[in-house]
Amino acid sequence: MLNALWAGMILTGIVWAAFHGNLGAVTEGALNGAKEAVSLSITMLGVMSFWTGIMEIAAKSRLLEALSRRIRPLIRFLFPEIPKDHPACESISTNFIANFLGLGWAATPAGLQAMKDLEELNPKPGIATNAMCTFLIINMSSIQLIPMTIIAYRSQYGSVNPAAITAPAVLTTTLSTLAAILFCKLAAGRRQKT
Amino acid sequence: MKLLGYLSDFMIPLVIFYIIGFGWLAKRPVYDDFVEGAKSGMKTVAGILPTLIGLMMGVSVLRASGFLDFLAGLLAGLTGLLHIPAELFPTILVRMFSASAANGLVVDLFREYGTDSFIGLSASLIMSSTETIFYTLSVYCMTIRLKKTRWTMPGALLAMGIGVFVSVWLAGMLTGSP
Repeated sequence: MLNALWAGMILTGIVWAAFHGNLGAVTEGALNGAKEAVSLSITMLGVMSFWTGIMEIAAKSRLLEALSRRIRPLIRFLFPEIPKDHPACESISTNFIANFLGLGWAATPAGLQAMKDLEELNPKPGIATNAMCTFLIINMSSIQLIPMTIIAYRSQYGSVNPAAITAPAVLTTTLSTLAAILFCKLAAGRRQKT
Repeated sequence: MKLLGYLSDFMIPLVIFYIIGFGWLAKRPVYDDFVEGAKSGMKTVAGILPTLIGLMMGVSVLRASGFLDFLAGLLAGLTGLLHIPAELFPTILVRMFSASAANGLVVDLFREYGTDSFIGLSASLIMSSTETIFYTLSVYCMTIRLKKTRWTMPGALLAMGIGVFVSVWLAGMLTGSP
């Protein structure tokens, strides 16, 4: 995927520039882009190390597990068809909380485990159950508390207040996740009747 | 809108306070944990540097060639229809497939228009409220060999669409431009 995209960007850029007399600018652009990636990485090195450090404290103190237990009622509401105490409840809530805190490395394994747990409850393997659709949609609606990567980029490019997007971003993802939940409930309800 | 500003100021300190407090009460050596986590963060950043160089180089070539301006002009028709600035379309499309490539485009927008402009703010919010849906879906479906995803894709696209529209609308409210 990225191979085609990247080759497409560079080849299109060079051909386009050749026809518009911008070839000199292209060389300069390529060099500047590469240089800028390094200075951006230096900013990222500071911000991301600070943030993964804080998140390591959260992981080691088992905050993830504590928060996952807290959202159990929500999981019961979203996935009424999963039997109580089924392992799927645990993997799903761990995935949601890890996504919420921005812990990608913890979210993906828990999410894949959740799919396997949900597959155990699937009467027709190969075809997604309502629970799977709901889980995937909410997972992809991007529930995130603090978008640290974008904050780091913003601080590198001279934002007056890089973290000013935190609350608007939470508001945005809350609205999109609510829409996702509503959609899932409607879709699941409609399928049940027919 | 003022309230959102105050909330933004509070949130990160509050999260840090909560996590360190929680770790302290759980009797963890919080500083040692922090240092260990920071170490893994450094490794991650160093690991993505080659990707970042490649993608920022690619986007810079497109920008310098004038192609991105041409593309924005081409898509200007859609702007009137959807009320989304044409400059954001490449980022939104790429965002569905690759997070790192979308990051490259966003950095380019920051450089061209500024981080706190209408476009810069919209792009910031879009990146933080959407997900690489096609990539994620393929990874998750592969693990259990799912063939029919039924209503997953429409739902994910709806969530993404709402995320994009709310982002652009909020950015407009916060910067005072349409």
